[in-house]
Amino acid sequence: MTERLRVHVDPDKCQGHARCKALAPELFELDEYGNAHEAGDGTVPPGLEDKAWLAKSNCPEIAIDVIEE
Amino acid sequence: MSDVSQPAAHPPVTDWVHDFDHTDPQWTDDPFPIWEELRAASPVVHTDRFLGCYMPTTYEAVREIANDTEHFSSRRIIVRDVRPEISRNAAPPITSDPPVHKPAKQLLLPPFTPDAMKKLEPRMRAICNELIDGFIADGQVDAAARYSKYIPVRAIAHMLGIPESDSDLFINWIHMILELGIKDENMLLQAVHEMSDYFRTHIEERRSKPTGDLISYLMNAKDKEGQPLEESHVLGSLRLLLIAGIDTTWSAIGSSLWHLARTPADRERLIAEPGLIPTAVEELLRAYSPVTMAREVVKETTISGCPVKAGNMVLLSFPAANRDPKMFPDADKVVIDRRENRHAAFGLGVHRCVGSNLARMEMQIALEEWLKRIPDFALDPAGTVTWSQGTVRGPRQLPFLLGKAM
Repeated sequence: MTERLRVHVDPDKCQGHARCKALAPELFELDEYGNAHEAGDGTVPPGLEDKAWLAKSNCPEIAIDVIEE
Repeated sequence: MSDVSQPAAHPPVTDWVHDFDHTDPQWTDDPFPIWEELRAASPVVHTDRFLGCYMPTTYEAVREIANDTEHFSSRRIIVRDVRPEISRNAAPPITSDPPVHKPAKQLLLPPFTPDAMKKLEPRMRAICNELIDGFIADGQVDAAARYSKYIPVRAIAHMLGIPESDSDLFINWIHMILELGIKDENMLLQAVHEMSDYFRTHIEERRSKPTGDLISYLMNAKDKEGQPLEESHVLGSLRLLLIAGIDTTWSAIGSSLWHLARTPADRERLIAEPGLIPTAVEELLRAYSPVTMAREVVKETTISGCPVKAGNMVLLSFPAANRDPKMFPDADKVVIDRRENRHAAFGLGVHRCVGSNLARMEMQIALEEWLKRIPDFALDPAGTVTWSQGTVRGPRQLPFLLGKAM
């Protein structure tokens, strides 16, 4: 795997289940209401790819995209 | 104990597909084969009971309804024999629809973030250990009545700033609202009035002596225009926090212990790998989701191809959605390390449970502390496990034998 990954949370879909923050705390941040957004520009540091996919596949609102660049 | 009394019985169900009833003893004891039968028949089924009620049986149909606040209102969120009059501030935001829902919800969210919950962890661990101290030497215990029941009620009392020693009072109100109130409107109204009076007294005390608890937080909160909330809104939200936070998590912790008592392999794995407990909690939430919500159809529409008519209620069964094999491989098995788990135990869409982070924290700590001190336990063959009826499902009697001597 040489391509880089980027995560993105759709703020209109996120309802604050916070599963992404629990599973991939390095990749997501929560606001004062507990709703999630990607940390920084969403770039997934090498070694955290599995966590990115795990966060996506556990989001009940299907609010997370993992983009392969 | 008043909390083991049961509401009056309905006629028994003989045709589940056309006449389902979530208060039937068969459903209370073992709902899973019933849901399978209903799902095989149609994505949406209907009963004439409860003055007319639909039930979506698939994950997809449940998601469609949860995300459709135009046709499905939250003004009534419990399927009852009667349709009590709608009061404007019943229990915001759970009983609110857009556009008033969002500001009411945003008000409650900051005290329930994962970071806020971390601060409660030491008190939670202490509560769990105090409870365990009370029975560990006995060699046997009703784990529902002596453990799972008191963890969430003490946690929410602690957050609200009301005495943890009033726990039995709160539990009785909840029983009146969520179980007896399904078939007896007077019980419902009596409990609501008693709760409101209770909270009014606590609000009054805080006018002269402000505190740092959730009651003070809500009574001093401002709406979007910078105005204080109406008293009815404050009382409605306080009632919600008390009701929603107690028998739900009581049920979830109880079902989890029930599963672990019957499944030594899972128990041993969690003791060997405590880091797996958060993942296991999600799977136990999926497999034994306690909470079934409701909506009222306010505009005719179609769900998964099935016509749905206004005036009916909808039994919004997140527990049934979580057993849909189209969504979850091996849906009927507890896979303690399930990696992909988009379960809907805390709802989907704008009404996602405000207390989900609290409930998860309570479950994780309740299981961690229990397994640390009581690694060996099993159902007592001489006892009977009983389950609560209706809106929230979980064990209410859970007789265990403790220790190696079983």
